[in-house]
Amino acid sequence: MPIRIANAWDAPEREVTPEALWLRRREFLRGAGLAAGALLLPACGRTESGAVAAGPSPVRGPDGFTTDEPATAFEAASSYNNFYEFGTDKEDPAERAGSLVTRPWSVRVDGEVAKPGTIPLEDLLAPHPSEERVYRLRCVEAWSMVIPWRGIPLGALLRRLEPTSRAKFVAFETLLDPEQMPGQRRSVLDWPYREGLRIDEAMHPLALLATGMYGRDLPNQNGAPLRLVVPWKYGFKSIKSIVRISLVEQQPPATWNQQAPDEYGFYSNVNPDVDHPRWSQRSERRVGELRRRPTLPFNGYAEQVAGLYAGMDLRKHF
Amino acid sequence: MRRSRARALHAAVIALSALPAGVLALRAARGTLGAEPIETLTHETGQWALRFLLLSLAVTPARRLLRAPFLAPWRRSLGLAAFGYACLHLSVYLALDQVFDWSAVVEDVAERPYVTAGATALLCLVPLAATSTRGAQRRLGGRRWRNLHRLAYAAAAAAVVHFLWLVKADLREPLLYAGVLAALLGARLLPERGAS
Repeated sequence: MPIRIANAWDAPEREVTPEALWLRRREFLRGAGLAAGALLLPACGRTESGAVAAGPSPVRGPDGFTTDEPATAFEAASSYNNFYEFGTDKEDPAERAGSLVTRPWSVRVDGEVAKPGTIPLEDLLAPHPSEERVYRLRCVEAWSMVIPWRGIPLGALLRRLEPTSRAKFVAFETLLDPEQMPGQRRSVLDWPYREGLRIDEAMHPLALLATGMYGRDLPNQNGAPLRLVVPWKYGFKSIKSIVRISLVEQQPPATWNQQAPDEYGFYSNVNPDVDHPRWSQRSERRVGELRRRPTLPFNGYAEQVAGLYAGMDLRKHF
Repeated sequence: MRRSRARALHAAVIALSALPAGVLALRAARGTLGAEPIETLTHETGQWALRFLLLSLAVTPARRLLRAPFLAPWRRSLGLAAFGYACLHLSVYLALDQVFDWSAVVEDVAERPYVTAGATALLCLVPLAATSTRGAQRRLGGRRWRNLHRLAYAAAAAAVVHFLWLVKADLREPLLYAGVLAALLGARLLPERGAS
């Protein structure tokens, strides 16, 4: 084995660009161009909270994961939100989420993991290169968007946390603080907001922990500083402003599922063939468009994720 | 109150009832209906239909309470405004939301209870609007006309249920309307003070 004595001027190993990234440097540049382009959007000049992402631009995610459909206008994606912690009207989060303090932020990691603890957000994210993924988002209310996210694959983070063999599900929790989240002063939902995934769903490379969108840090109303993005499930599964990630043995409680179990299943995969009891899921309106478009099974990600549910009756496990 | 002033006031009420539609048209023209303009139009026209319906139901109790006979003609005007907004609401749904996808519309009306309730509310209003003229009132006769027009309460109840059933978790708004309707119904059921 060759013995290598490091020179003082050598770059440390951690600064070396991984070969996989280097090979994709053109995509990297394209991503940077996209980020720069986003800066030129008129909407971007407006927000104070939208500090532009520092550090290296994200690389594009694996092929087939990023859609080339046109992205929804940033203005719409950051002003039409369901985030009941700030009020139940779609405009409420953009108007009221300024009270959320996202720095410093830490995430409690517990349950079936090798080293439970409370980890500062920077440390949680640091080892993972962030990626740019343009995903469709389908809300259970039958509207949809296309959003360029920046984030890290959830699976990579979970593997680093070293789940034990008893870890069958991942549970997430949103911040509980009625001071910062005025919507929590009324019990519209059973706070804190909770969501969960089966471990194989969480490990799926499509599942993303997002820290940014449109080339900038997440606006508070979109779930800053850390949110889940599970593009093949209805939007409410993609929990926002996460403060706790637990690996657990039993299926964890999920807020909307508890609120109305007959309307919102634990899985809540996008499925045009299973209607919401009160409205149709067959079609959706892409925000910014006028005509409805047909809703696709698994929100168009069937090729990637349908295998996770092989043999399951998706009408029963909706 | 002098007859001319009462007329002017009534004319002002009619003009004001067109104001929300005007504002919506302006917002549509200027592109300020928000991220989901069709949804905004649907919600706004529906809410104004319900508000005008409740206002028209408030006229008789108010007239009696305030001993203000000049309010009487407001009832028809406000009721017709409610019908107008309900028709706009239906038009937005049919033409803009569903774009005349009749199979989807039939499925909605048949299978979605909240849509069925909304359709019921609108259907209740049709005969009321059709018999809103003085001539129709005369032809039907006072008693029959009054009985028929009690349908306004059924329409309002169906409209409140329509609203209640479409809300996901926050029931405050529809419950507020339900409370107002209950109060108005109560006001009519109480024995009248003196002859009306």
